[in-house]
Amino acid sequence: MHDISVEQKILSKNDELAGENRELLTSKKIFSINMVSSPGSGKTSIIEKTLPYLKERIKIAVIEGDLQTDLDAQRVAKYGIPVKQITTGKACHLDAHNIHHVLPWVMEQDGIGLLIIENVGNMVCPAEYDLGEDMMITVMSTTEGDDKPLKYPAIFSSADVLLLNKTDLAPYTDFNIERAKENALRINPYLKIFETSCRTGAGIKEWSDFLAQTALNGHGKI
Amino acid sequence: MHEMSITKSMLEIIKDEMDKSKVSQLRSVRIKVGELTAVEPDALRFCFEASTKNTPLEGASLEIEEVPLKGKCRRCGNKFRIEAFVSRCPECGGADIEKISGTELDIVSIEAE
Ligand SMILES: Nc1nc2c(ncn2[C@@H]2O[C@H](COP(=O)(O)OP(=O)(O)OP(=O)(O)O)[C@@H](O)[C@H]2O)c(=O)[nH]1
Ligand SMILES: [Mg+2]
Ligand SMILES: [Zn+2]
Repeated sequence: MHDISVEQKILSKNDELAGENRELLTSKKIFSINMVSSPGSGKTSIIEKTLPYLKERIKIAVIEGDLQTDLDAQRVAKYGIPVKQITTGKACHLDAHNIHHVLPWVMEQDGIGLLIIENVGNMVCPAEYDLGEDMMITVMSTTEGDDKPLKYPAIFSSADVLLLNKTDLAPYTDFNIERAKENALRINPYLKIFETSCRTGAGIKEWSDFLAQTALNGHGKI
Repeated sequence: MHEMSITKSMLEIIKDEMDKSKVSQLRSVRIKVGELTAVEPDALRFCFEASTKNTPLEGASLEIEEVPLKGKCRRCGNKFRIEAFVSRCPECGGADIEKISGTELDIVSIEAE
């Protein structure tokens, strides 16, 4: 009988590939974000609302991860932005490998400074999979319950930014925005939080300005 | 369910290690799963059993050590268990806390012959 010491991260292969993605993107001065949320929290809507603010400032490409359809990709394509669909089939998250395959396409586009990746709608699975992004954005909407960060801590713990979306609906629910923020900051005190509504447009400009500035300072190009 | 893809990654590592050590019978696998990971130990066990069934790895046991979330206060150095995700130092009240355990998702060792 052999007792074999392994001492390795189970997702070390994914992490290695994510590292390669990050290096490649950085070398091309492309800033990248990974957007995660439960199904329907508003990832695609936020992208749609953000594009008009950013289009003039930075060249954008979008990767859409979905289980089955390319409906989200079609929505984004209407804004005249290069968009690539990844259909994951049964996998409930994108992984670094998926992104690795699409990076040559990103490089073919001219002068991209910001790569937006919309992950598969899922609050649990994407948390463990680094894609190589510079910034992870978790979206949570006011129809979901303000204790969500305590129920799904991993996805809030790895995030850099929290977008509290559908604030226009908050008056109709018992969602308490301050309590939601408190809960999220309990998990991750370094979270940067924006309140947004894709209906009224509230908060979209602030979030877009922040994204543009971070991307341009980060290493994006104009 | 991402426990399936985590199991797949785990089995790849196990097969590599078994090839390297020239063994073919897997007895047990020891892994660590941190409290702050999005991994459900029961789901992982289920996936492990399902994916090893009718393979040379069938029957191996999966031993999961669940690692509690712990923090270290950057102000006073106190180390403590983070209960209910409240990361505030119980000694000095400091809020700048480094997570020192609870995020693991590691294979520790395997037993095989
Ligand atoms: N009232 C209101 N509705 C919103 C807001 N943002 C998004 N929605 C609606 O919520 C629904 C889901 O929005 P999507 O943008 O498709 O959400 P998603 O996160 O991309 O969904 P998946 O990709 O399926 O996970 C749509 O009907 C949107 O119109 C908002 O701020 N307020
Ligand atoms: Mg979408
Ligand atoms: Zn302290």
